[in-house]
Amino acid sequence: MLQFIIRRTVGAVVTLFLIGAATFFLFVAAPSDYASLACGKDCSAARLEEIREVLGLNLPIAQQFWDFMSGIVMGRDFPTGHCPAPCLGQSFYSGDLVWSTIKDRFPLTLSLTVGAALVFLIVGLGTGMLAAFRRGSSVDKVATGASMVLSSFQIYFLGPIALAIFVYSTGWMEDPKYVPITEDPIGWLVGLSIPMVVMATIFTAQYTRMSRSSLIEQLAEDHVRTARAKGMSQKYVFFRYAWRGSLIPIVTILGIDLSSLLGGAVVTELTFSLQGIGRLAVDGAVNKDLPLTMGVMLVGAFMILLLNILVDIAYAWIDPRVRLS
Amino acid sequence: MTTVTKTEDAPAPTGPEGFLSVRDLSVRFATEDGVVKAVDGLSFDVERGRTLGIVGESGSGKSVTNLTILGLHNPRTTTIDGEIVLDGKELVTATEREMEQLRGNKVAMIFQDPLTALSPYYTVGRQIAEPFIKHTGASKKEGWARAVEMLGKVGIPNPEQRAKDYPHQFSGGMRQRAMIAMALVCDPDLLIADEPTTALDVTVQAQILDLLKDLQQEFGSAIVFITHDLGVIADMADDILVMYAGSAVERGSVDEVLRAPRHPYTWGLLNSMPRLDSDLSAQLSPIPGTPPSLLNPPTGCRFHPRCTFQDRVGGNRCATERPLLAPDRSSACHLTAEQKRTIFIDEIKPRLG
Repeated sequence: MLQFIIRRTVGAVVTLFLIGAATFFLFVAAPSDYASLACGKDCSAARLEEIREVLGLNLPIAQQFWDFMSGIVMGRDFPTGHCPAPCLGQSFYSGDLVWSTIKDRFPLTLSLTVGAALVFLIVGLGTGMLAAFRRGSSVDKVATGASMVLSSFQIYFLGPIALAIFVYSTGWMEDPKYVPITEDPIGWLVGLSIPMVVMATIFTAQYTRMSRSSLIEQLAEDHVRTARAKGMSQKYVFFRYAWRGSLIPIVTILGIDLSSLLGGAVVTELTFSLQGIGRLAVDGAVNKDLPLTMGVMLVGAFMILLLNILVDIAYAWIDPRVRLS
Repeated sequence: MTTVTKTEDAPAPTGPEGFLSVRDLSVRFATEDGVVKAVDGLSFDVERGRTLGIVGESGSGKSVTNLTILGLHNPRTTTIDGEIVLDGKELVTATEREMEQLRGNKVAMIFQDPLTALSPYYTVGRQIAEPFIKHTGASKKEGWARAVEMLGKVGIPNPEQRAKDYPHQFSGGMRQRAMIAMALVCDPDLLIADEPTTALDVTVQAQILDLLKDLQQEFGSAIVFITHDLGVIADMADDILVMYAGSAVERGSVDEVLRAPRHPYTWGLLNSMPRLDSDLSAQLSPIPGTPPSLLNPPTGCRFHPRCTFQDRVGGNRCATERPLLAPDRSSACHLTAEQKRTIFIDEIKPRLG
């Protein structure tokens, strides 16, 4: 198991390096004029040259790449000061260090993701299990029907409705805002509850359906019947034999969902005017703030790799047949 | 069944007659296309220490019958009529709780495909220990020790180590041995083996059959052995029940049924069996036609649309009147006893070689 984790971690580091290289060459080495973007419209030749000098764009490409990559590992020095590792450069637009901007914004994204995931996992898997256990009953029909309806909703539809009801017309709640959990756990929960629940609602539907169908499939397996033939109780067989196998597709989708949410929930953040990683990605693209865009991209790639490793570990934990390969 | 160490002192193979007694059993499934009459008016008995072989084509109701004995059908979609009495206890009307106490304990089942019938998620030892712990109240440690003991008994070398393996680390034959160990872990009085050797190659098949016979000697269980392989049945069974389209068509001892079969369907089965000593150019002669749909079974004798002897029965009886099967040596066919004897001797036997 340990060897498995080490092997995957090494693989992830190599992948990250390759993604870093690809990111670098796409954004920096591609024929887009870095400096004139930063300089703006009324730019003199001398000013442009000055910016190039400051940003190190006059250096050979290989040198720039080395500076960038080594900056991530060792940190680097800019004329405006030192940028400690992991240094993802300096935003052209604000002049802030990209890494510290991401660090500022990440807690909100993490909070949203974890909060929503807890809700949709508990409600979604729970409902799915109930529906599978009582297949064909009215509980099953309601759960299946409701999840069909909910899964066709979008955040930009449900979000404004929720805001209109709970904030603007009744005044029961304030506009969603982020309060660090370390400062005020209740404020944190209250501030983010609307976006968390709205996000969770849409995901819940998907997890209900998947958990139900996956369980029904597992319940028809021969080994589940064998367990029943051994005299194990229905509940025992359901949870120990059928449920375990049903987790494989759920873990797969959960990994994909979590990694994309941790890379920034753009629509949710825009809908609720929150400042998370998704908002940064949009800002980076709109302002042509290339270091910021690159930073956000690398963080997103890192999240995908991290979740992939976690998913593989989960597979191995669930299914012993995976451990050998 | 409550003592943990009860392994060697097997019950005496002579017990009360009709240890398992199935009477007029019918099993119907509600499907989208209509009601499937999977088993229709089936009766048979098995005594302790004896082996009943149930033979028939796929879909003849063999497996359905045995899943019914264990109560493993979905009650929502299944209608069961008739009686199943095991050692004086009625099973059709038993509660789910009562059935749970029985399964794996008094009645155990060996399934056809040991690859899919064992859970990939738990070690072989744990899967064997589970029913023992549940039914005897043994501790986990005792359960594990019992699992190791059973693995040794079914001929798995180095059982202490192999018990820690997962089923995918076992070969096909070893998996079936593990499956047998699992079925026998609580000393069942009745063992149902549903085509236990079909998924195995022939040499392994012979080993598994020998193992089952040895274990029956030791434990004195009654065995219901389901197969479509007449060679296997000749080797294993004391009595034979031939099933067709959800009903029994012929019953008798192995010798009676295999040496002097009386039902045209049994003749067909024997005829379609390849023989090693026959002429290589000889054609196999399968039974003409296909098994009937159980959604809408034929009237009269279920076999009559495929039967080549129906013109020898007077009138249109085969299509209108359902032949009955008597309790002892008998066959459900309208041909007279004399006809059955002469047809077999004159027309069937020469072809069997």
